[in-house]
Amino acid sequence: MMSGSTIIFYLLAAMTLVSGLLAVTSRQIFRSAIYLLFSLLGMAGLYFWLNYEFVAAVQIVVYAGGIAVLIIFSVFLTHQSGEELPAPVGNRSLFSALAAISGFLLAIAQVYRHSFETTNEKSVEATVSEIGSRMLATGEGGFALPFEVVSVLLLAAMIGCIVIAMRSKPEMK
Amino acid sequence: MEPGLYHLLFVSTALFFIGIYGFLTRRNLITMLMSVELVLNSVCLNFIAFNKYLWPNKLDGVFFTVFIIAIAAAEAAVAIAIIINLYRSHNSINVETAEEMKG
Repeated sequence: MMSGSTIIFYLLAAMTLVSGLLAVTSRQIFRSAIYLLFSLLGMAGLYFWLNYEFVAAVQIVVYAGGIAVLIIFSVFLTHQSGEELPAPVGNRSLFSALAAISGFLLAIAQVYRHSFETTNEKSVEATVSEIGSRMLATGEGGFALPFEVVSVLLLAAMIGCIVIAMRSKPEMK
Repeated sequence: MEPGLYHLLFVSTALFFIGIYGFLTRRNLITMLMSVELVLNSVCLNFIAFNKYLWPNKLDGVFFTVFIIAIAAAEAAVAIAIIINLYRSHNSINVETAEEMKG
């Protein structure tokens, strides 16, 4: 008899994988975006299952709330409704599937042959206050430098988006 | 059997190669971007699983995941700005029509 936690894990894993597979194979681009959203939510559920609530919340806010909505809006802007994507030409889907499946088997065989060593040290709770104090710490286990670098990167990306979106055709002036 | 590290690694490996399959078969820039998001997500799950089961005394995997999510958001925003701009000039977002990207 499986425990509740095990059943929840298998449900979340199945939701993530099945909707991920549908997201890359569906011919309707809007449905594909919605399947991607469900796959990202299943991923957030797996983070909750692992007791990393902060990462799960970030995943829901940024991925499900930000990126999925951005993708859905760009689908609205660039596609007619009900329009189907063309099927992959020739043998491309067959050979892509072969490449993906053989890569998967190779990677999973390596993973199962390797025995991982666990540590016996006391585990750290991933609470928000712990994450926050490490995010701005400069010493051992601190991540102040990556934090600053990411903030500069986000600023650069924002300016880049504005510049790309503002550029108009010369004849339209 | 209680799910552990190997189950999570199975899920993340499968999701990675689903993303690879989508990236190879799709010819539409938005769907290719969605496949890349799946690949990035599988990497995040890997970091989280290793952090949980192998190094529970550290939080490095959590931080890597948070930074990957931030960078993925920046990447998606820039990619979608480029895609929309490409649609304006070429009226299509197929990769075959995007041979020259000069504005």
